Amino acid sequence: MAIKLPIYMDYHATTPLDPRVLEAMMPYLTTKFGNAASRNHSFGWEAEEAVETARKQIGDLVGANAKEIIFTSGATESNNLALKGVAEMYSERGNHIITAATEHKAILDTCKRLEKHGYRITYLPVTASGLIDLDMLRESITDRTILVSIMYANNEIGVIQPVAEIGKICKQKGVLFHCDGVQAVGKVPVNVIQDNIDLLSLSGHKLYGPKGVGALYVRRRNPRVQVTAQMDGGGHERGMRSGTLNVPGIVGLGEACALCRKEMAEESVRVGALRDKLKDRLTAQLDEVYVNGTMESRLPNNLNISFAFVEGESLLMGINDVAVSSGSACTSATLEPSYVLKALGAGDDIAHSSIRFGLGRFTTEEEVDYVAEKVVTVVRKLRELSPLYEMFKDGVDLSKVQWAAH
Amino acid sequence: MAYSNKVLDHYNNPRNVGALDRNDQQVGTGMVGAPECGDVMKLQVKVNPETGIIEDAKFKTFGCGSAIASSSLATEMLKGKTVDEALEIKNTVIVNELALPPVKIHCSVLAEDAIKAAIADYKKKNSVGNPAAAQVAQ
Ligand SMILES: Cc1ncc(COP(=O)(O)O)c(C=O)c1O
Repeated sequence: MAIKLPIYMDYHATTPLDPRVLEAMMPYLTTKFGNAASRNHSFGWEAEEAVETARKQIGDLVGANAKEIIFTSGATESNNLALKGVAEMYSERGNHIITAATEHKAILDTCKRLEKHGYRITYLPVTASGLIDLDMLRESITDRTILVSIMYANNEIGVIQPVAEIGKICKQKGVLFHCDGVQAVGKVPVNVIQDNIDLLSLSGHKLYGPKGVGALYVRRRNPRVQVTAQMDGGGHERGMRSGTLNVPGIVGLGEACALCRKEMAEESVRVGALRDKLKDRLTAQLDEVYVNGTMESRLPNNLNISFAFVEGESLLMGINDVAVSSGSACTSATLEPSYVLKALGAGDDIAHSSIRFGLGRFTTEEEVDYVAEKVVTVVRKLRELSPLYEMFKDGVDLSKVQWAAH
Repeated sequence: MAYSNKVLDHYNNPRNVGALDRNDQQVGTGMVGAPECGDVMKLQVKVNPETGIIEDAKFKTFGCGSAIASSSLATEMLKGKTVDEALEIKNTVIVNELALPPVKIHCSVLAEDAIKAAIADYKKKNSVGNPAAAQVAQ
């Protein structure tokens, strides 16, 4: 069978909508258009029923009660609501929040804003593995700490934080634990009870659901957690998030979660094997390639790898029928290389040379073979062009060279 | 980001890739940029000592597609020019020729710097100010 181009291998950025999810959503985009808050007629009732089904499907995937799920417009909003909502609700208890340097911007920029409002934020560093140090977390918690926010799995390097241990520490110390679960939920087992998670963010479009819908799990028991609403309005979602519910989106998110729950075990094995094949082929055929972050604790669908002496954007240009992303500055809006890779202590040159492969539900073995071959060819070609590779081959220690920086 | 056809052409068929013997008296070598900044260009010229004309030029570049294209184009422009004419090459010519967007202008600046560095190296090797060269001249 001829391979269909371009190949999508950027599943961390977004995932395609599963056709089964679209099918579930369709009636709510057409005939079943009711407002879930309409209490007086069947249009409202059927919408409300669909929303409650979705709430349960989401809860079931992460070990939560349906009542603990708050619908949002996506994980950016969920993260904002969790951090700002907790900060405001618990401001009398303290003003200190702990997070990590490798979090998503939706966490880091929210923390920056909270700093402007007088909150104190600790940004935990990570080791070369990409993981935080649990002792450092323990030592950072003070009697003014109200919240720890650490992501489940990183969106660039896919490493999975020791979430259950973090949850345990937070519980012992009596501080709340928020977890950005966007990349992990639906890919690996996440359970808010076992992991002692108090608040969990997730997003529809990262697990084969629609864009523009997400959820925040807010624990109701042991302890009962509350967040101050960040938008004023009709008092929907137990007063924590006003706004008419996005019923088709919510139905899609629910169905997407139900499918993940059913298929995750099998899918993660299949996708993990494809990822390993990609990694093995690249590392077998090319010298000087480095996987960024630990392989020991990692999403099955992620491979973040640096091809030394080759700049990431030029590599993307050569594999232009493959959709992947790079930590190179030249591909980012800020012209700064990836702050996540920098936080690993890898050095900017490694960040400039990095490619993130994100595999997923619809990735095939043929696609992996095609991508591996193409990447190997282009890296070899660009190394022919690279003065750094030439110097490396001549035995020059590049770290000792005096560069004429500009 | 969309690339101009000219950039794509130089990226797909880079001109004058390679290296000249950096110890050759007729060869000037310039290396500019830094790996941490995401681009390093090495540009070399080979000058005919009789005529002062650049007879050969080679490059190797670590950098984005626009950086590769800028240095590839630079080597094309250098050939046949005298050393002094080469110093007149401005980055804006490269910008226009390759239709570089504003965020890529630094690539053309780097190429101009690489030309200047290569010529400076050649001049240093061969100038009267160079004691070794001066002795030979005597
Ligand atoms: C880890 C992480 N958190 C939050 C977000 C934001 O999610 P959304 O696109 O639903 O706002 C993303 C997506 O880019 C992500 O990868």
